[in-house]
Amino acid sequence: MSATVTEGMSVVADAGTYLYAVARDVDVLCPEGLRGVAGQAVRTIARSGLVAYVSTVPLDQFGEEPLRRSMEDLDWLGETAHAHHRVVEAVAAAAPVAPVRLVTVYSGEEQVRRLLDERHDDFVEMLSRVAGRQEWGVKAYVEKAQTAAQPAAPQEREASRQESSSPGTDYLRRRQASLRTREETWRQAGARAERIHDVLRSVAVASRRHRAQDPELSGRDDWMVLNGAYLVDEERAEEFARALDELRGQGIELELTGPWAPYSFTVLEEGGAR
Amino acid sequence: MTHDEPRGAVLAAEGRLPAERVALVDLLDRLLAGGVVVSGDLVLSIADIDLVRISVRALIMSVRESGTAAEGGGYDQIGR
Repeated sequence: MSATVTEGMSVVADAGTYLYAVARDVDVLCPEGLRGVAGQAVRTIARSGLVAYVSTVPLDQFGEEPLRRSMEDLDWLGETAHAHHRVVEAVAAAAPVAPVRLVTVYSGEEQVRRLLDERHDDFVEMLSRVAGRQEWGVKAYVEKAQTAAQPAAPQEREASRQESSSPGTDYLRRRQASLRTREETWRQAGARAERIHDVLRSVAVASRRHRAQDPELSGRDDWMVLNGAYLVDEERAEEFARALDELRGQGIELELTGPWAPYSFTVLEEGGAR
Repeated sequence: MTHDEPRGAVLAAEGRLPAERVALVDLLDRLLAGGVVVSGDLVLSIADIDLVRISVRALIMSVRESGTAAEGGGYDQIGR
């Protein structure tokens, strides 16, 4: 439960308050039996017309030192991320929601109340921006065959046969031609990704590009040229999907994920709202 | 939906994936580079973690960098 803490006082506690999301306190219903990270029951803290979704977490797991270790454990990270996501999804099903970044742990409920007080206007503005909208993710891949070294164009092969004086020169020439082809393919794929992003953006109210995913983690060798997030009006979701379908083909594979809670559009950094 | 409905439209019509089926890598893009970031009175937030020797370190660092970069040019203002 909430520790009584005075400002500036260092607290030795064995439990913290994990914050998942913030929503408007209009229809406060905490889904029955909802469990969050570490299997803990989720509850709400209402304040100033806002409601925070939290659960108590043991600091022997969620303290700074233990987390340093557990964040290196992919199984633990996966479990925790999915548990966090499950809570955000449950809230998003009922009301516009501002998800909070993974592993945000307060010392107690009082600190969460203070956050709702201090950032009240920012939260209200943010929640009104995402209301009635969903986030969609679009990843574009250049298929592996497209980026693999390809044979040089016929005229280049012809030229190299006539001019080559040694197998070494021949090899270098072929290699250069192959690199040029590869560079050209990548350049074209990059330009294509820009166009795809522009088309999708035109159906969305906001967009953001995440960094391309590491092939080791995405499990795909194909080159990711776009990892976009798009905030789309609910009534335009099918229009968005159709626009995406029309962009498919020509050596680019498009993958749609979502709808997501508006994770990519509720970034609220300390020191000011955007 | 008809059987020849394109994939995207089908997905859009089906609604949300169960949380367990969401790919971790897509989730981490969002959970580590998106969402509300707060500080003050915190025991811990992800921004404070100096991640070392982590198996997913490359991913997390790249996601975080992209979050920062997005503040510059990649993030479009939300229209009304």
